[in-house]
Amino acid sequence: MNGTDNLLEVRDLKQYFPIKTGMFQTTPLKAVDGVSFSIKPGETLGLVGESGCGKTTVGRSLLRLYKPTGGQVFFEGEEVTDSNMTALRKKMQMVFQDPYSSLNPRMTVEDIIGEPLDVHKLYHGKAERRDKILSLMELVGLNAEHATRYAHEFSGGQRQRIGIARALAVDPKFIVCDEPVSALDVSIQAQVINMFEELKEKLGVAYLFIAHDLLVVHHIADRIAVMYLGKIVEVAKADDLNQSPMHPYTLSLLSAIPIPDPHIAHSRQRIILEGDVPSPMNLPTGCSFRTRCQYATERCAKECPSLTDRGDGHFVACFNK
Amino acid sequence: MSESLLEVKELCTYFHTDAGEVKAVNGVSFTLEAGKILGIVGESGSGKSVTAYSIMQILADNGRIASGEILYKGQDVAKYNKNQLKGFRGKVCSIIFQDPMTSLNPVFTIGNQLEEAILLHTDKNKEEARERAIEILTLVGVNEPEKRVKQYPHELSGGMRQRVMIAMALVCEPDILIADEPTTALDVTIQAQILELMQELQKKLGMAIILVTHDLGVIADMCDEIIVMYGGRVCERGNAEDIFYHPKHEYTKGLLRSIPSITNAKQKLIPIAGTPINLLSMPKGCAFCSRCDAAMKICLTEIPEEMRLSETHLASCWLNFKAKMEEGGTGK
Amino acid sequence: MQNENAALKKNLLSSQIDLSKFELATEAEKKQQDVMSESTTFFKDGMKKLMKNPLAVGSIIVIILVCLLIVIAPMVVPYQYSEIIKVNGSRDRGAKNLAPFEYSEKEMEYIAQGGEVFPHIMGTDAMSRDYFIRVVYGTRVSLLVGLFASAIVLVIGMLYGSISGYAGGRTDLIMMRIVDIIYSLPDMLIIILLSVVLDQLLADSTGTIIAKLGTNMVSIFIVFGLLYWVGMARLVRGQILSIKENEYVLAAKSIGAKPGRILKKHILPNCLSVIIISTALQIPSAIFTESFLSFVGLGVQAPMPSLGSLANAAREGLQSYPYKLIFPATMICLIVLSFNLLGDGLRDAFDPKLRR
Repeated sequence: MNGTDNLLEVRDLKQYFPIKTGMFQTTPLKAVDGVSFSIKPGETLGLVGESGCGKTTVGRSLLRLYKPTGGQVFFEGEEVTDSNMTALRKKMQMVFQDPYSSLNPRMTVEDIIGEPLDVHKLYHGKAERRDKILSLMELVGLNAEHATRYAHEFSGGQRQRIGIARALAVDPKFIVCDEPVSALDVSIQAQVINMFEELKEKLGVAYLFIAHDLLVVHHIADRIAVMYLGKIVEVAKADDLNQSPMHPYTLSLLSAIPIPDPHIAHSRQRIILEGDVPSPMNLPTGCSFRTRCQYATERCAKECPSLTDRGDGHFVACFNK
Repeated sequence: MSESLLEVKELCTYFHTDAGEVKAVNGVSFTLEAGKILGIVGESGSGKSVTAYSIMQILADNGRIASGEILYKGQDVAKYNKNQLKGFRGKVCSIIFQDPMTSLNPVFTIGNQLEEAILLHTDKNKEEARERAIEILTLVGVNEPEKRVKQYPHELSGGMRQRVMIAMALVCEPDILIADEPTTALDVTIQAQILELMQELQKKLGMAIILVTHDLGVIADMCDEIIVMYGGRVCERGNAEDIFYHPKHEYTKGLLRSIPSITNAKQKLIPIAGTPINLLSMPKGCAFCSRCDAAMKICLTEIPEEMRLSETHLASCWLNFKAKMEEGGTGK
Repeated sequence: MQNENAALKKNLLSSQIDLSKFELATEAEKKQQDVMSESTTFFKDGMKKLMKNPLAVGSIIVIILVCLLIVIAPMVVPYQYSEIIKVNGSRDRGAKNLAPFEYSEKEMEYIAQGGEVFPHIMGTDAMSRDYFIRVVYGTRVSLLVGLFASAIVLVIGMLYGSISGYAGGRTDLIMMRIVDIIYSLPDMLIIILLSVVLDQLLADSTGTIIAKLGTNMVSIFIVFGLLYWVGMARLVRGQILSIKENEYVLAAKSIGAKPGRILKKHILPNCLSVIIISTALQIPSAIFTESFLSFVGLGVQAPMPSLGSLANAAREGLQSYPYKLIFPATMICLIVLSFNLLGDGLRDAFDPKLRR
């Protein structure tokens, strides 16, 4: 994973949050615990996992919205630090999950999309600002007449387009998409997914596409990383992961997806996981999946498996598979 | 055909808001048969949840059933008085909601809340109620039920809470269970557990379930009969086979085309164009007409009638009438 | 099933007459069905709601009328609040304690001679001053105190609260403990102490605005500035803490916006409605406090009237001249009530939590 042509490289990223457990005592909540991956220019890496597995935190730590507890992030070969982050914000952007709370209700569409331009002073004169905003709106399929409207007047899908236009305003090379379609209606999801794909072709941006819906991620991503309780348990090309998943967690995740096809749904074998996800405050020893894993052995309780290469870029963190 | 348990006829539910009258449900009819699972699928604003709430008579203050009947054993639930409703809710018909955290009272233990429901609807005493609570928790697959009854909702995980909600809905063994997006707030692996549990319970207890959801995947697996709703009206109804393999309404077709699946992975998705319906300014004709690729002039002006396509399959789309006309048929 | 078939037949029959209906609709025709609702801003929408609230509209009218009265009345009425009534250029000491619209003997004479005398709408006080003009000036003073005090509270509270809320952590902790301490100080005691201290400090400042207002008045402002902003600060802090959690603040951070910009562009505009509402509710409470202080003799200095001191002075002859209490008291009630109703109306119209 040490290729020099990587756009983004993450090494052993750790993000702990102190949680008060007593009057003077805090316990770290290990939201992200040693995550490493890399993304090539123009590539889409899907990050899948259940709620609380730390996938959103990974995205936010990458953009330094939290101060990482440990690990390094390299962008275009350069280590990301607090001091050079301001400049890097022109190259790394984010699209948020909730199209309702991610747009300021007191700002017009024009001002929302124009904010990155204002912050980084990317225009000379009002006319240029307006031109840029209108061309961005056209790019994401918004009607230019709506520039002076407020965000609350739009539907979820349109609002998500505004959020995407805002991220694109600085012409970034990398965008973190944090569950960008999960709050949208099914009929609108496809519009937005298609738009992400079109933008990728047109502008050559790379995405870290975070989602809990494996079908959506499988559709858009080149490679997929599966996260469980702060760790990546499997990384593979999208089709590989789908056809030959190795980690028992990925297996059950795949078999649990509701498939909108009654024949397949009735005929397939389901692996239903027992029990619940353990609390990240109180992780099991060794492999954190062992409490729900049907293959768990004594070794799993003692050691924590690390990602090992199984050929063709397929990495799995499991002793037994 | 087995006996019909609940019959909804031309139900219209309106909400009064500052911006005007919102016709959330606009003439919905269906029949629920005993021991069957009926799926209502639609996106937000389609009126699927409001239909469920109308049956339970738990609409928000600004909502009212404007017209239509909800017949249970020949009696109109919409005209029930307070006492009759008390007997209806819980005993005949129970509901579970999307978010199990907000539907459980955080200041009482699980046991307290279950016992309260039991004491309210039966003449059991306190001890029997506790026994029954533990029994029902065991039934819904809660491990260590004796310990759980003493715990508060926040001590349980999301999946456990949803199980408790189901237990609470089932304490009086209702004939009908309404599940309003029961798994939307849950993770996929937990969702699978809950869905399996619901299927199991349905077989064991033989109640009828109305499953309200936006997720076609959930519907495909679970339901005997499916209703597709859009803009407060029913577009199409039929069994899983009809809906998923022979959709006859443009909205259903579009919906099925637009979801990513394992088979169409690297192809481009075909989305439904346009924006979701604005309930404040409904079109005169078919609610879907402005987003429909095959919309005809008649679609803009006239609401399509429901047309029977087979024993089980009905759809409300003018295209079916056109097809029939071209065939030269004269109805059935 | 029977009627369904009937419906089908009917429809087929009718549609066979007009086959053109089954042609494809054009894009333009479809577009017509899909109109976006009219653009409204948050402010416009709120104003529309406010204007639908009869109580709020009523109180706006009352407040406007009171404002007009205190601006126009001194121009029209030929009396001064601090001077004895003059008839034809000479002082009329006999015009004591006149009832509303009553004339003194001298004035009667003057009218008989053909002179014109402006009527005493509310009569006169014990020192032969026109009571109407005194009530008007009293209202002026009370309203000004209310507005200024609220402005002081608003500025200090908003600054303090937003810094505390946005900084968070240790800064927030310390700043909020200071607020707790100030909350625990007895305000009445501080006012009395301050007016005594200020009396000596400002004794030689004759001729300045401070002297004109009186040291008591200044101490009221200082007290508001020192003590009453804490409520506002807490409110603003709470608002900011909750708004900070919104994703649009995170989005602004990810864009690279600086804290000042985030505060100014994203956070404050979104708690503005709550701030406006609570300021509107602060005004009557300030007026009330001022009236109360003037009533117990700690308010404005004579001869400057305020509604409270007028009410206090009216106590002496309460049995014979009850109207002297009724007029200023009614005025206080009117102002306080309409500001309170307006504040409630603003809350109903603008508070995002109450919208649906």
